[in-house]
Amino acid sequence: MLIKNVSNPDLKFTDKLPKFNVNWLIIISYLTLILIFPSAALITKSFSLGPEEFWRIATSKIAISAYNVTFFTALFAAAINGVMGTLIAWVLVRYDFPGKKIIDGAIDLPFALPTSVAGLVLATVYSNQGILGKFFGIFGVKIAFTRLGVFVAMLFISLPFIVRTLQPVLQEMEREVEEAAACLGANEFQTFTKVILPPLIPPILTGVALGFSRAVGEYGSVVLVASNIPFQDLIAPVLVFQYLEEYNYAGATVIGTILLLFALISLLGINLLQQWSRRYAIQ
Amino acid sequence: MQSSNKGKNYQTILILIAIVYFTFILLIPVVTLIFEAFHKGFQPFLDSLQSVEFQEALKLTLIITAITLPLNTIFGLSAAWIIARNQFRGRALLLSIIDVPFSISPVVAGLMLVLLYGKNSWLGGILASVGIKIIFALPGMVLATMFVTLPFVAREIIPVLEEIGPQEEEAARILGASDWQIFWRVTIPNIRWGLLYGLLLTNARAMGEFGAVSVVSGSILGQTATLPIFVEQTYKNYQTEAAFSAAAILALLGLLTLIGKEFLERRVDN
Repeated sequence: MLIKNVSNPDLKFTDKLPKFNVNWLIIISYLTLILIFPSAALITKSFSLGPEEFWRIATSKIAISAYNVTFFTALFAAAINGVMGTLIAWVLVRYDFPGKKIIDGAIDLPFALPTSVAGLVLATVYSNQGILGKFFGIFGVKIAFTRLGVFVAMLFISLPFIVRTLQPVLQEMEREVEEAAACLGANEFQTFTKVILPPLIPPILTGVALGFSRAVGEYGSVVLVASNIPFQDLIAPVLVFQYLEEYNYAGATVIGTILLLFALISLLGINLLQQWSRRYAIQ
Repeated sequence: MQSSNKGKNYQTILILIAIVYFTFILLIPVVTLIFEAFHKGFQPFLDSLQSVEFQEALKLTLIITAITLPLNTIFGLSAAWIIARNQFRGRALLLSIIDVPFSISPVVAGLMLVLLYGKNSWLGGILASVGIKIIFALPGMVLATMFVTLPFVAREIIPVLEEIGPQEEEAARILGASDWQIFWRVTIPNIRWGLLYGLLLTNARAMGEFGAVSVVSGSILGQTATLPIFVEQTYKNYQTEAAFSAAAILALLGLLTLIGKEFLERRVDN
């Protein structure tokens, strides 16, 4: 028992860094080369523009419209998937039906499929000649090469985040609590809103935040399914790409920095949400 | 009796909604992909895989993956070892830094590399003067791939290492094993499924990365186009057959990844 305690790393917390060895050398050089130097290059370039120039590009009309398309479409897609993803996770965990295994396995497909393949397929399916494009065409709705195309691509890539965040939480939920609520006279609606839903809110929000963050940064599928016309369906990552193609490094840098800042803020937010989820889980 | 019937109705409606949504968002697109790739039969599919552009794209993708995979594994093992086996100030920070590439847009990752190594930067200028080209060449594409795949191996191994604990390694040390022997004989066998899982994800992402690689590649078919870029470029050139053939190959890779994932997840859980 004594030996076990001594060897448990959690018990000997040290202020000092572990002794410098080859592992540290590998980590530091890899992170420096791959992550830190490139990030520093972006930030330095941003600062070299000066605050006025930065502000001018960051708030230019084309940039504002690109943020508008990116953030609102991503938010909308993540919110829809917040509902539909929760429903799918619920159905997968609670019910048995034919084809369940296939759906469960295929939910991860957007993770495994290269984004350009997703874009190619969505552009084909939702184009005027495509099967779903024809279907929505009946109602006079055009999807591919419009802002709705961006939305569909974002739906596609953000779905697994919500389902996969929620599934383990649903699996661990104790059904006795629901039975107890039913025994105490709660109807199904009350059981759902007062017993089932509250502990699911933090993981749902975590999944939505993960999906939203991914959708905002998405490039590959959107660039193929949208027409990428400014003020219509041009998203911020595609704008960065277009600026780079035009050798407008200042423009690319500013929009890129804003996307980077957003990524760091969302990383922080997701961490906080996960802590909140965990606190719920322990109770 | 009545209430259980009502419950059944709920259940059926929810299942139906889930299936319809799944069909629209995922199933129809995937079926279309397979249909478009093979609707003229197997021969045109095979023919479009014979083109020089496709062969070059495949070769480039394999080269990039072959370089990224071992480097990323070495980094992932080192990082996981440091984080799982030590408590130190800044441990949480290091963990967050490793996660950063997950949340950064691939285009921004590519942009960073262009700003650092491109022709207009001082570093790019120095490298160009000694004849080294990073951007619009293989090194840049490898760096971009390493960027987007950085977290995978480390992320998968850390929880496995933490769960196993250091007891077996310490026992080996007491019995006189060297660091190297402990690593190969004790640690690696213990983490093998987690490591394979990380490798599987890294491999899938390395072969499938589009955005970041596209920014630094220049996307010239037959020269700097990887398979995902080949899909985009041929589609833009109205070579739909070629685009869908390559897309089918990449989808097959995705499918194999999912099957491998399913298999490894069970192993890791045990």
